Amino acid sequence: MKLLNSFCFSDAGLYITKPEEQKVKSQGFPLKDRMSFKNRHIISMKDFSREEIDFVLDTAEKLEPAARGLEKSRLLDGKLVALLFFEPSTRTRLSFETAVNRLGGKTINLGSVEASSVMKGENLADTIRVVSGYADVIVMRHPKDGAGRMASEFSSVPIINGGDGSVHHPTQTILDLYTIRRESHLEGLKIAMAGDLKYGRTVHSLCQALALYGADMTFVSPPELRMPPEIVRELKRQKIRVKETDSFEGIIGDVEVLYMTRVQRERFPDPEEYLKVADSLRIDAKLLKAAKPELKVLHPLPRVNEIEHDVDSTPHACYFEQAFYGVPTRMALLALVAGVIK
Amino acid sequence: MREKRDLKVQAIEKGTVIDHIPAGQALNVLHILGISGDFKSTVSFVMNAQGARGKKDVVKIEGKEINVGELNKIALIAPGATVNIIRNFEVKRKYNVIIPNYIEGVLRCINPNCISNSKEPIKSKFAVLQSEEKEVFLRCVYCNSIIYENIVRHLF
Repeated sequence: MKLLNSFCFSDAGLYITKPEEQKVKSQGFPLKDRMSFKNRHIISMKDFSREEIDFVLDTAEKLEPAARGLEKSRLLDGKLVALLFFEPSTRTRLSFETAVNRLGGKTINLGSVEASSVMKGENLADTIRVVSGYADVIVMRHPKDGAGRMASEFSSVPIINGGDGSVHHPTQTILDLYTIRRESHLEGLKIAMAGDLKYGRTVHSLCQALALYGADMTFVSPPELRMPPEIVRELKRQKIRVKETDSFEGIIGDVEVLYMTRVQRERFPDPEEYLKVADSLRIDAKLLKAAKPELKVLHPLPRVNEIEHDVDSTPHACYFEQAFYGVPTRMALLALVAGVIK
Repeated sequence: MREKRDLKVQAIEKGTVIDHIPAGQALNVLHILGISGDFKSTVSFVMNAQGARGKKDVVKIEGKEINVGELNKIALIAPGATVNIIRNFEVKRKYNVIIPNYIEGVLRCINPNCISNSKEPIKSKFAVLQSEEKEVFLRCVYCNSIIYENIVRHLF
């Protein structure tokens, strides 16, 4: 084993090693092999190149008629997908289940955590080893940060990370990118992201992915919920134009996509302060009168009160269609990692 | 001049000499090596010694040859150090400490919610990176948390 440098004394007791070769492909393999998605884990957007994202989005577009029920697909016929949701989820779980069904596959389900072996004290590594013996693909959501990466180290079948802790949620980013491509455009997009930009994993991941396409980004948030400085620094390093502000003033008329997120009440010890912030980041139909006709408003949902219901009937509202796009994008990822689309 | 320097730290018969430690890191090196007040052999160190390339620390440990695990930890706080294994007053082996690009099982992740801080059968894993200012920082392979400073505090 090649260690790092000239100071290794022996092969015994190595603390520094290269990541072991895994049965299932993950990050780090040569570029020429990367477009092969068969048996590949989907853990983090950092594992994707721009070409790979485009390939997934192209595949999703081809599967969209089947996602809408306009065509029949048997691509996952005979395949079993395990849905391991260790914490509550509505859209992600349902859209994965829909995606498997639309492709003619079958699902097995963890059910509630309370009724599973997790309550008996089984660790995640053992659960993954067992389930990877049952299923052809595992979709997992877990409350611990990095659980997806760890699961990929113990699984003999591809893991699709359906969200782990507050870090990764790659399928949400893929569906966000797909929505933007279908409803607007990806290249050189003028986008504003608003709400909780400090803790929101969807916005972190999305702005990093959009940077691959070049973008003009405006971050709208109160000072205490600003985009982490290391992300802003990295975007600027990639020559992305970034503007940070705490209100929508002068923003709405200038952007092509407005990505809204929920400001969580528990982030604010003072309820008054929460109400003040939540109110300043609320959009309604009146505010959107200043928007370009082509402006699309996205939101990962669930919304609380950051988008007034009168926005729903405007041509700008795109969040329900965005939720639907979770189906073709997840169909694409399932079909690709299962190796039924190459 | 030479004699004066020799008086500062005596030559050792058998053990390890770690030279070119960045100034101020000698105590952290001793911490990594688990050397405290109840260590029985002779330990000598110099802090802020004037070397050819500026100030440096030097550590000499009688009777202990450091192992690769200890070296890997030292590399995180003292890149550029040299390690000399001494036997019979002679340098038997000499190594340059180079920053690794990946470490496993050496530090605890700072994120309490990281999967590597749970009961799972895994070791912590970090990518070792350097800023434009050549400062070492670590990124957790699992949760992406970054350790920028006080690396020694997070060592197992």
